[in-house]
Amino acid sequence: MPVNYYIFLSIALFCIGIAGVLTRRNAIIIFMCIEIMLNAVNLMLVAFSKMHHLKNAAVDATAGSDGQIFVFFIMVVAAAEVSVGLAIIVMMYRNIHSVDVNFLNRLKH
Amino acid sequence: MNALLLSAVLGVIMMFSGIMLKQKSSVRNIAIAGMGLLLLVNILEMNGAVFFKIDVRGMIVFDRFALLFDTIVFISTLLYLILSARDMEKVGIHYADFFALIFFILCGITLTSSFKSLLILFLGIEIISIPLYILTGSDKRNLKSNEASLKYFLLGAFSTGLMLMGIALIYGTKGSFDTIKLNTFTQAPDLLLIAGMTLLLFSMSFKVSAAPFHFWTPDVYDGAPTVFTSFMATIVKAAVFIAFIRLFDEAFGLLQSQWQLLVAIITVATLIIGNITAVFQQSVKRMLAYSSIAQAGFMMLSLYAMNTDAKEGLLLYTAAYSLATIGIFAVLIKMSDYTFDGFNGFARQQPLLAATTTIFLLSLAGIPLTAGFLAKFYMLKAALGTGKHLWLVIFAVLMAAVSVYYYFRVIQAMYFKEGNAPLVHVTPVFKWTMIVLAALVILLGIFPNLLLNWYYF
Repeated sequence: MPVNYYIFLSIALFCIGIAGVLTRRNAIIIFMCIEIMLNAVNLMLVAFSKMHHLKNAAVDATAGSDGQIFVFFIMVVAAAEVSVGLAIIVMMYRNIHSVDVNFLNRLKH
Repeated sequence: MNALLLSAVLGVIMMFSGIMLKQKSSVRNIAIAGMGLLLLVNILEMNGAVFFKIDVRGMIVFDRFALLFDTIVFISTLLYLILSARDMEKVGIHYADFFALIFFILCGITLTSSFKSLLILFLGIEIISIPLYILTGSDKRNLKSNEASLKYFLLGAFSTGLMLMGIALIYGTKGSFDTIKLNTFTQAPDLLLIAGMTLLLFSMSFKVSAAPFHFWTPDVYDGAPTVFTSFMATIVKAAVFIAFIRLFDEAFGLLQSQWQLLVAIITVATLIIGNITAVFQQSVKRMLAYSSIAQAGFMMLSLYAMNTDAKEGLLLYTAAYSLATIGIFAVLIKMSDYTFDGFNGFARQQPLLAATTTIFLLSLAGIPLTAGFLAKFYMLKAALGTGKHLWLVIFAVLMAAVSVYYYFRVIQAMYFKEGNAPLVHVTPVFKWTMIVLAALVILLGIFPNLLLNWYYF
């Protein structure tokens, strides 16, 4: 399958993520949309990695492997970010019993 | 390499010290001693004593620029800890963890100042950001702190997503994450590369709070506990700037004609929004948040110019801005009222602190004989050195004149207004550290070469 399809798919996913972040009001759903963005990037990196491998495999047997290693790092960092982010959302829920980001206007005055 | 490993180990040590030690003062002393050790090993590395030789496959290179920047950061952090570590006790009960998080942030800063691969850039930025989300929200019962933390987290994660997309697109065209390999091209740059570079530019502007991506900054800096705002607004911002300038110098230096105008526009927008909005603030803390946006606009000039003057200037600016702002925040933490009126009559109560604060404010405003003046001078000289866009330099000077207004409002309140600012209790160590800070600001304003010679020798 040509790499173009993967690129279009991941750009579509990425745009869905951005649209979600900008339009939704629920902190958890915004958070899910950010995860969709990160996973779109993962998909794109893997597709490009395969593309570079096919192109340069004759010269360098490990060509394109760095893209896949990057994906692992993104997964680990995303997991760390989830743990901190959910903790922050829970902290807010304990104080105001809501996860609606419309609440976030106390500082604007 | 010394500082990178030691800062991570110190972070773990601090986590354990919170369990082992009952006395808060001993935790604090360990943190300050560890910070001193970190500074020492970094200076040793500058003199050629590398304790660990690890094969990192060229992903991290500790060159002169990176090491000198790390030294400036460690000196600022050491002074920050001596001044403000006592005030962290008021924020929450997990006292040792705050120090652990600060050491982890320093670990991220050594990565962002020395990366040669986009992978390390990403990791460094995230290692800086994730502990900062926690520090911002560390005042758990305070709704403002919660709000600031959630806002910072959501927008920070969003900008990380943009940055990763940029990196992925660049990887698609170049097939490598290595900044040196990215900077070699022969044919006309293609669309994917330009799109990736623009996404990286946007996400990095987001992290350094350059307009039009600055909107989170005042809210987050205002909502975070003041001790941590001091750290975020100075040291962390400078560290992200160093990553920004390294990235665009090393990876996209050849594409300068493509991004220079865009950076000039961002610079102008940042200067105008930061300075004009700061004029209308009533709270000193919020004014300092906008002032940090305005100062970021000046630092953007170094990115725009990207020559030797710009690099020297950025080092000087980091030192001048961090030292002065840390000093002002250290005084601000002691106040009960953060508005301008809260400073009324402060000079009569605390003549020494008022005098040092005045020096810091003069430095931020860019008055000659302070480090802030020379830092701004280097930036403008670098921008003039490019020989293009003279209007940008003229505009920056005008905006520096606007900034005098809001900095002098604090001086006016301290010296020329009647009132009784609450009597703050400060230790002798605090006073001496403030004197050292003020002396450093003036010394760097007269002899900038004390700092910049380290870059070459």
